[in-house]
Amino acid sequence: MSGILKKIMTSLAALALVLSVGVASAAEKTKVGFIYVGPIGDHGWSYEHDQGRLAIEKAFGDNVETTYVENVSEGPDAERVIQQLARAGTDIIFTTSFGYMNPTLKVAKRYPDVKFEHATGFKQAPNVATYSARFYEGRHVIGLIAGSMTKTNTIGYIASFPIPEVVRGINAAYLAAKSVNPDVKMKVIWVSTWFDPGKEADAAKALIDQGADILMQHTDSPAAMKIAEDQGIYAFGQASNMHTFGPNAQLTAIIDNWGPYYVSRVKAVMDGTWSSGDTWDGIGAGMVGISDFSDKIPADVRKLAGDARDALAAGKLHAFTGPINKQDGSAWLVAGETANDGDLAGMNFYVEGVEGSLPQ
Amino acid sequence: MLRLEPRKEVSQPMLYATPVMAVALTIAAGMIMFLAMGEDPVRAISIIFFDPLFDSFSITEMVVKATPLILIAIGLSFGFRAGVWNIGAEGQFTIGAVTGGSVALIFWEVEGFWVLPLMSTAGILGGMAWAAIPAFLRTRFNANEILVSLMLTYVAILVLSVMTHGILRDPDGYNFPESRLFHDSATLPILIEGTRAHVGFIVALLVVATAWVLLARHIIGFQIKVMGQAPHAARFGGFLESRVVWLCLMISGGLAGLAGLFEAAGPVGQLVPSLPVGYGFTAIIVAFLGRLNPIGILFSGFVMALTYIGGESAQIEMNLPSAITGVFQGMLLFFLLGIDVLAKYRIRWARQYASMEKG
Repeated sequence: MSGILKKIMTSLAALALVLSVGVASAAEKTKVGFIYVGPIGDHGWSYEHDQGRLAIEKAFGDNVETTYVENVSEGPDAERVIQQLARAGTDIIFTTSFGYMNPTLKVAKRYPDVKFEHATGFKQAPNVATYSARFYEGRHVIGLIAGSMTKTNTIGYIASFPIPEVVRGINAAYLAAKSVNPDVKMKVIWVSTWFDPGKEADAAKALIDQGADILMQHTDSPAAMKIAEDQGIYAFGQASNMHTFGPNAQLTAIIDNWGPYYVSRVKAVMDGTWSSGDTWDGIGAGMVGISDFSDKIPADVRKLAGDARDALAAGKLHAFTGPINKQDGSAWLVAGETANDGDLAGMNFYVEGVEGSLPQ
Repeated sequence: MLRLEPRKEVSQPMLYATPVMAVALTIAAGMIMFLAMGEDPVRAISIIFFDPLFDSFSITEMVVKATPLILIAIGLSFGFRAGVWNIGAEGQFTIGAVTGGSVALIFWEVEGFWVLPLMSTAGILGGMAWAAIPAFLRTRFNANEILVSLMLTYVAILVLSVMTHGILRDPDGYNFPESRLFHDSATLPILIEGTRAHVGFIVALLVVATAWVLLARHIIGFQIKVMGQAPHAARFGGFLESRVVWLCLMISGGLAGLAGLFEAAGPVGQLVPSLPVGYGFTAIIVAFLGRLNPIGILFSGFVMALTYIGGESAQIEMNLPSAITGVFQGMLLFFLLGIDVLAKYRIRWARQYASMEKG
């Protein structure tokens, strides 16, 4: 005890010194900042972005310095945190949630020399680039598996916010499932949060009560995977491999692989070649990954899903290929027509066959 | 056996010294915690508690954070003095933002000096209306205002959610649940160019001054004090309890609503479902840390703002977990209440006490 006290006393003395001298500045390193909407221990979305951050450290070693702030709500605190990162001399800042869009743009205006990268947004600026992944390609693959394997013909889907990215995922999964199982139904529950294990688990239970025997999710925690494991049904990992949370339940996982993109963007900053723009890569470029298929999946379904994955990667298959009608029955894509990126980016409608309506 | 014996007279300087001691103890306990975590305690504490004080940006951000905390805590302090426990300021804050923000959106792109005052009035009325529910239930049915006001917080957050998912949603926002960005006339003027410190802080200062005058010099302050310290005497004195309950809840509800509107029209600039981040609850700590005294609250609001700003800096500079902020705020309240007990009571061995009585 006295040891600790002594340490505190010396600490206090040292504190006075620190205050009077000030902190010495670091050497010339490229500084990279991240802001996460959840904790890095969410084992989902924020976890994978942090894996991307670690990939930067691995790639550049002593030439970079990375830092992050986790658990930042998409409310009044976001702008300050982003600005604090910018003020701390950070060269490039990744803001990794849709709701950081306006705060990112506001801070970017004040710090024209700092580069900003906003994930999943649609507003750019000279120093604000946007990037996202074509998660819907992964949704196509898991839709095929779910449609083939459901016994109750009911797939449960835990959705976050009715933004195009999420709606796209629901539509892609449904269309793929329906292509192999015309009787399939999709039940969607909106939880209005990206990360809330309690709410996600409740939604999972409600979906199972409604007859779902396979779960998909567009939220960040493995809560639903655990419920699926407990109840002996199947689910798909989201953003990250959730195998440890559902060794029997996980059929496969859609994995966000941000590392290569992050490394290339930081490299561009170092080389002085960074420029704003919009990046939207899928399975082909490696930004979206499909984890190993579970041996619970029958061999023929495994082949079907594997072939689709490879065709999507090669650009031979598009997850939205006509004929597709909108939910109200009006035509969207004619036979053989594939959706253009503009339509996908602004998707605000269900396709024909999906039940329910988007939250208004 | 230990027992607590009330001190006959609580020394006045002691009452003012306890918050300072609580802060000091929090810092000391924090250092032990950082040592246990294997972090440099001096660096961590200086980043959290001292560096922000010497940095102009951090100071302006503390102003941004302290503004709603001070406004809400001042309102709460009236009720807490009178024994009216409004725990639901978070809900009144949220409703104030909804009603005031709705005015901004109704008059979207309408320029005029009157827009902000109208929004502020709507925010105050919204907060008051939300606080009127526990006030009515308490005065009419004797329902516990702690539970009613707390539970209404969750209702209020859902109301905000419904509005931002529904009629107030930005039509050009790709379905994301948030309103349009408020236009210039509906956004609070900035005090210092390039920062987020807004005129709401000036209003908070005026509210502090007004509250001080009311409590120290006005009959209302006297009634509230008597009601809290000697309810029976208050009834003898002819003060209507229900009047004091209504008064306290209207003051705290209105100020919380105003704080909510300031948050929406200031740093955020729009309505978002994640607008309430716990100021209504943190303000309870602020009110007690400030000894329910307006000037004290002004200072304690800044101390609490400091823990937020410092906690974020610690994350950025030392990669410490985000739970740091909550841990420090919790310790602050814990030590404050603990020292308060020691200031008001004497600890005695029960046996000794009994023998003294015999003798």
